[in-house]
Amino acid sequence: MNEPLAARQARAGLLLALPSVVLILVFFFGPVLYGLWLSLTDFDLYAIADPSSARFVGLGNYAHALSDADFWNSLRITIVYAFVGAPLSVAVSLAAALLVDAKATRWKPLFRAVYFAPVVTTLVAVAIVWRYLYQPQYGLVNALLAKFNVPRVDWLGDPHWALPAILVLAVWKNFGYNLLIFVAGLQNVPRELHEAAELDGASGWQRLWNVTLPQLAPVFLFVSVTTVINYFQLFAEPYVMTQGGPLKSTNSLVLLMYEQGFRWWRMGYAAALAFLLFAVILVATVVQMRMQPRERRT
Amino acid sequence: MKRVWWLLLALGVPLALSDCARRAGSPVTLRMWAMGREGEVVGELVREFEREHPDIRVHVQQIPWSAAHEKLLTAHVGGSLPDLGQLGNSWISEFGTLRALKPLDPWLANAELSRADYFGGIWDTNVLDGVTYGLPWYVDTRLLFYRKDLLARAGYDAMPTDWESWRRCLRAIKARGGAKRYAIFLPTNEWTAPVVLGLQAGSPLLADGGTRGAFREPEFRRAFDFYVDLFREGLAPAIGFNEIANKYQELERGTFAMMITGPWELGEFARRLPDSLQSQWATAVMPGPTGPGVSAAGGSSLVMFHGTKHPEACWELMRFLSRPEQQVRFWRLTGDLPARTASWADSGLASDPRTRAFGDQLLRTAPSPMVPEWEEIATRVWEQADRAIRGAASPDSALATLDRLVDRMLEKRRWLATRRASGARGT
Repeated sequence: MNEPLAARQARAGLLLALPSVVLILVFFFGPVLYGLWLSLTDFDLYAIADPSSARFVGLGNYAHALSDADFWNSLRITIVYAFVGAPLSVAVSLAAALLVDAKATRWKPLFRAVYFAPVVTTLVAVAIVWRYLYQPQYGLVNALLAKFNVPRVDWLGDPHWALPAILVLAVWKNFGYNLLIFVAGLQNVPRELHEAAELDGASGWQRLWNVTLPQLAPVFLFVSVTTVINYFQLFAEPYVMTQGGPLKSTNSLVLLMYEQGFRWWRMGYAAALAFLLFAVILVATVVQMRMQPRERRT
Repeated sequence: MKRVWWLLLALGVPLALSDCARRAGSPVTLRMWAMGREGEVVGELVREFEREHPDIRVHVQQIPWSAAHEKLLTAHVGGSLPDLGQLGNSWISEFGTLRALKPLDPWLANAELSRADYFGGIWDTNVLDGVTYGLPWYVDTRLLFYRKDLLARAGYDAMPTDWESWRRCLRAIKARGGAKRYAIFLPTNEWTAPVVLGLQAGSPLLADGGTRGAFREPEFRRAFDFYVDLFREGLAPAIGFNEIANKYQELERGTFAMMITGPWELGEFARRLPDSLQSQWATAVMPGPTGPGVSAAGGSSLVMFHGTKHPEACWELMRFLSRPEQQVRFWRLTGDLPARTASWADSGLASDPRTRAFGDQLLRTAPSPMVPEWEEIATRVWEQADRAIRGAASPDSALATLDRLVDRMLEKRRWLATRRASGARGT
């Protein structure tokens, strides 16, 4: 009687899983395979009017991307977003989480809510406020800098400053999410470890370095991987603030993809860009996982 | 269970009623898309149209210019284009190629409207392979805005009209200005100047039915050399529009005496230049190689989208918005120059010297190539011109690169052309 039960259970399990499997096949793998096929064709504007004018071009789109200065420009900018923006964002989240979690802090729920507010605010509304802040003549940022005799900067209009300006906005907008994850992680650090360290005479910094951070390592890995991936896919911030300008200085890869795909309707080329970005993210994530130190023995 | 029936009934009754209402000849509702400022004010004009046509309701939806192109394309692919809308006339060829637009010829044939009522060069941007797809709504072209006092100080009481004397005038202004001052501001990251000069020199810009670049041909070469020399001689500063904080302020300071720009600047100049300069600025038509030259043919048209079920009602609205008095009203609301020549006489536009220059220029316009890729090609033009200006490439190699890039972009058009040709032979 045991054998049939196991088989029945397996069948029931399969049946229960089936809806999700079908959904994933239809709505995830289907489009991905279609995108892969698309990236091997030159599906474009002319193909909308006459589908028979789409041609199979093999790896032509990929070769085109690799020889296109715009692609390399966007890749460079995306790498800046991912490797400057993401660490900055994680650092800010961690620092804020430590402050929120500190014993001396009162009204913890209030601070959590305040820091989380930008995450749930619509970006378009946020962008309007930040445009005011960055306004070169009357903006608050320049007004504050003027107190320190810093000359006026055209934050969103100057190709040198637009990228940092977008990064600051992105960090401010997104750090609250990781903050919540860090706070949860901090609350899971066993009290006894802190008490033991305190008894041994460890200072605050030593406890942070030797107790808190090692205990946070798994959370840290999760947060840094997802944040780096998110910053690789940065789109909305430059899209609403600068449309990739001035002079393409904030044009992330996803923005370039959007432009090629939906503005010029070069779907084949845009699909190829998507797979190139996928490859870049894959490599970066694998490297990140490898770099993570093995769990230390305590 | 009973409750469910009640719910169904509650939902069903209004549906059934609305269905009855529709069958009883309720008004036709037109959806119209309009962009930017035009989208904000067209609603006012439309109210009057609705009073005249109680059987037609118009629902205007505003689209921001920055997202207009992708919205239109996506809507076309998704089958959700409105009944009619505003379309920048440089996009007509693209949407015509996509078969997203309804030809207007059947209506034009028995209407009181024709090319003769409009600026010819602008009208032509609405015609693709002999089929008219758009009715010009407002027009736009580029010409010179300049400071009369700086020209007078250099010994000129009017803007020269041919390239050689124009260049002499620019040199005279530069000579009086010194090292930090220039004669003209031509942003190096804008296509306007190199493209307009090329059109003036008689270049078609693209050759073989828009399948190849024609930038190495002598006509464009001549214009390109003229343009690049303006920077090489120091008559224009080699900077882009984003490297200058406030061009009105720089004009006021005399950093340069003129610039090439469009009609929206009439309002900006009146608002932003100080009172002391208000009597000192003027507009002038573009100088050409041997006399007044052509300029770009811009503006927006009214188009009917292919899927509309109410073409008659659309046409009524398009005709209404094209009435001279509506065009004048529209001009008062937006500052957009009317497309119909009759509106110019009615509104006093033709008697004000600053707008008259636009009227004169609009009689001499040339359309840019009617290919969907044009917007991107125009970007490549200034990018390569910029390289030549900065000495990163010789004019020869910059133009060779330009042709190579453009030829690559137009590869699909060549392939389509050969396919069409062999298809025609086959049948």
